[in-house]
Amino acid sequence: MKPAKAKSTVIVSLTLEELCRFCHADRSWVIELVDHGVLEPEGASIQNWRFHSVSIARAKKARRLNRDLGVNAAGIALVLDLLAERDEMLRRLASFEEV
Amino acid sequence: MKYRDYYKILGIAPTAEADEIKRAYRKLARKYHPDINATSEAEAKFKDVNEAYEVLKDPERRAAYDQLGKPEAGAQGGFRPPPGWEGGFEFSSSSPADAESFSDFFETLFRRQGQPFGRAESGQGRDQHARLQLDIEDAYRGDASVLTLRIPQVAADGTVQLQERSIAVQVPKGITEGQHIRLPGQAMPPLGGGTPGDLFLEVSFAPHPVYRAVGRDLHLELPVAPWEAALGGKVMMPTPDGKVALTIPANARSGQKLRLKGKGLPGTPAGDIFATLRIVNPKVTTEEARRVFEQMAREVPFNPRAGIGG
Repeated sequence: MKPAKAKSTVIVSLTLEELCRFCHADRSWVIELVDHGVLEPEGASIQNWRFHSVSIARAKKARRLNRDLGVNAAGIALVLDLLAERDEMLRRLASFEEV
Repeated sequence: MKYRDYYKILGIAPTAEADEIKRAYRKLARKYHPDINATSEAEAKFKDVNEAYEVLKDPERRAAYDQLGKPEAGAQGGFRPPPGWEGGFEFSSSSPADAESFSDFFETLFRRQGQPFGRAESGQGRDQHARLQLDIEDAYRGDASVLTLRIPQVAADGTVQLQERSIAVQVPKGITEGQHIRLPGQAMPPLGGGTPGDLFLEVSFAPHPVYRAVGRDLHLELPVAPWEAALGGKVMMPTPDGKVALTIPANARSGQKLRLKGKGLPGTPAGDIFATLRIVNPKVTTEEARRVFEQMAREVPFNPRAGIGG
């Protein structure tokens, strides 16, 4: 099949409702992730929240961990922190092995 | 079509109890989850494990699968379901809506009667998500990239077939890892007709031998000669946009980080390039080089181990 030309835009930020639709999640679950510091939206009140790219990617990851492994919000916060730590260590280890 | 041994995939005996199947699945799902396991084979393994569990967790599907039996060892020509296979079983789909398609073996045997996952029957179509891996250079230039998706399609005779669909995506200049590209109306249209949803692509960068991207910033390790580090001056440094001159301060240390402002990924503001210096010794192979190093050893008062009591 010939590739179809598609118009593309980069997502700059999403509101709470848009993020919920984006990762098939409900409001309360997203708010819980914010409470645990997994997601860091800009804006003082829930109505004004804007989620940027790092938070959008993390929300999707969180949703997958929740759906596939049954991890809750507190568990997701812990898993993501430990994964970030592990990745940093692996990176440093790799830079030593290269030398 | 290739026969798939779902018991072997989960590492259990064909006589395993339901609890045992669940435990084996959970253990392997944790081990191979693509968000946790960064190895290249994890994603395929995770898909296999999910496919196996999708069949074995459901008593009806498991019974149907057991009835198929294993093909004889050394049988030629691939696996064919026995005649009459289609009769008698009704399968309901229980997978998450955004499940990816499984193997041809699974699709043929277990999805024939159902509709493929991820597509609404009519009306407003669902959004679809996919990943797009780019080279860092693509993000610098804003190249066109062709993405190939495998999507279950219902053929005229009602069977489900995997179809490849290619979409040319214009990669926006300066896109960073973790950002999403939205392609409006590019998801699969609903089966009964209607408006297709949007296709979202999550961008990640392929591992690069030289650069590592953090947001719009690029990090690299820059080898320098001992005299370049000692005397300072300009050296030529590679960037995805071509070579640039970088000024090294005199008496630079190994591990010292230098910042080149605005030469990272394009954007407002553009990212920076961080070069970590690594001092590399030349191999002494000529008389001339030996003479110079011997002269330094004699004339430069320097004890590199002074700090550790050496």
